[in-house]
Amino acid sequence: MFVELNNLLNTTPDRAEQGKLTLLCDAKTDGSFLVHHFLSFYLKANCKVCFVALFQSFSHYNIVGQKLGVNLTVARERGQLVFLEGLKSAVDVFFQTQEEPHPLQFLREANAGNLKPLFEFVREALKPVDGGEARWTYPVLLVDDLSVLLSLGMGAVAVLDFIHYCRATVCWELKGNMVILVHDSGDVEDEENDILLNGVSHQSHLILRAEGLATGFCRDVHGQLRILWRRPSQPTAQRDQSLTYQYKIQDKSVSFFAKGMSPAVL
Amino acid sequence: PPRTDVPNTASAHPGSPCGSASAKDSVEWEGRSLLKALVKKSALCGEQVHILGCEVSEEEFREGFDSNINNRLVYHDFFRDPLNWSKTEEALPGGPLGALRAICKRTDPGPVTIALDSLSWLLLHLPCTTLCQALHAVSHQDSCPGDSSPVGKVSVLGLLHEELHGPGPVGALSSLAQTEVTLGGTKGQASAHILCRRPRQRPTDQTQWFSILPDFSLDLQEGPSVESQPCSDPHIPPVDPTTHLTFNLHLSKKEREARDSLILPFQFSSEKQQALLRPRPGQATSHIFYEPDAYDDLDQEDPDDDLDI
Repeated sequence: MFVELNNLLNTTPDRAEQGKLTLLCDAKTDGSFLVHHFLSFYLKANCKVCFVALFQSFSHYNIVGQKLGVNLTVARERGQLVFLEGLKSAVDVFFQTQEEPHPLQFLREANAGNLKPLFEFVREALKPVDGGEARWTYPVLLVDDLSVLLSLGMGAVAVLDFIHYCRATVCWELKGNMVILVHDSGDVEDEENDILLNGVSHQSHLILRAEGLATGFCRDVHGQLRILWRRPSQPTAQRDQSLTYQYKIQDKSVSFFAKGMSPAVL
Repeated sequence: PPRTDVPNTASAHPGSPCGSASAKDSVEWEGRSLLKALVKKSALCGEQVHILGCEVSEEEFREGFDSNINNRLVYHDFFRDPLNWSKTEEALPGGPLGALRAICKRTDPGPVTIALDSLSWLLLHLPCTTLCQALHAVSHQDSCPGDSSPVGKVSVLGLLHEELHGPGPVGALSSLAQTEVTLGGTKGQASAHILCRRPRQRPTDQTQWFSILPDFSLDLQEGPSVESQPCSDPHIPPVDPTTHLTFNLHLSKKEREARDSLILPFQFSSEKQQALLRPRPGQATSHIFYEPDAYDDLDQEDPDDDLDI
């Protein structure tokens, strides 16, 4: 996890808020560093993490995780991490026997209406184990990324319903957190993606938006991060809730600075 | 004391028993707080308020209301399992529209407010025409013939997330609403653009700055609050930029008079006209001396002779 980002968000693994949905979105840049941050953050917070990883392979996340101080293989073996490797299990849909519906069952169906099997996979992964001692603090669902589901043929409303049900179960019922990555297509006219992005935005408590610089690529400033807090429980809680920082990604950390204050130009 | 004369949907204008209002919000300026503030107002007026809750849990919606408000709220929960994925019998039959019709068929004659949280959820899951017909039926329910029970007026409040829908459905829903409130704001101060449509009258619109207090009362304001504007530091005296210049920016009195009395060269005045029309007094006072050199060809013939001047 990136300590500087924790400072900006005013949070640490041991005193993070619960029951919150965080939306990560990226426009004209790669926002996956935020996914790696939250994955390591919640593993360090001793949470039970269900990671629906549709974009990269397990080893990719593991390699980056090791740089950030977490070992995904160990976490999976301990039962702390439930990892759905989309790239691998998509193939299993075709070669597995049909006893129980596969989470990615919609890949087989011509007119898949909904993502109920995927939701049930998540619910099963995060449901509290009764009888055992509480090993983990609270459950966390991480999805990288939701736009892949649109590319695979699901409608925006079906994906929004999946998020809705996950929110009802993970955030409300189990008092856990959700972190979802959605790409912002930007100028490319993608109505379904816009509906998805706006729909999840309205359900989110915190939106982290990584944008490329308007002036193009820069060696010392990789992009800009906008932080927007929404849905405070008290309506008047600091209305001025949007912050913007620029950042530079290094090998094992990300440094943040105010706009125009990159160490390279000072 | 805060003014509270925001158009109150519960007090719809005379001539129509029902009123409806839609609140359009965006990701940056959320509208649920305003919806809750309007719900609170209706509840304080003694109405029963039904909430079709599709987006947030009942606990979250009731949070911030005290018990006398909460006693007047009936929360129809479409948050936990709206699509009946759990396949239990708990799901409310008929879905949200069924619940809407059931509320309207009630026998209690008192006024009722229905809050739809949210219209966007309904619009994404139901055909637009079905939703519009249902809303239309709600607001015109007293006009069905043969209905003997005197039904009190029904007001409908709907929350719409404008970015989620195209202009067609948004326009259709707007046409059903008597009052449309669009949320916006600048620099931490929220504003509501209120458009009121009354039959046989011109639509009126106004912009109202407001904030919502922790107990969800509405505080109307005159404009963006002063604290949010940057204030200049009173301890630094204003600096005169014309000091220490290497050139003179000021005119003395004499210089100013001279400047004011100067006639511009291309300004045509009557004196100038007279001077041009008057024949020149005497010859020109300047001479030209010419010394021809060896190569000059002095032609005494006047080259302009053939011109008839």
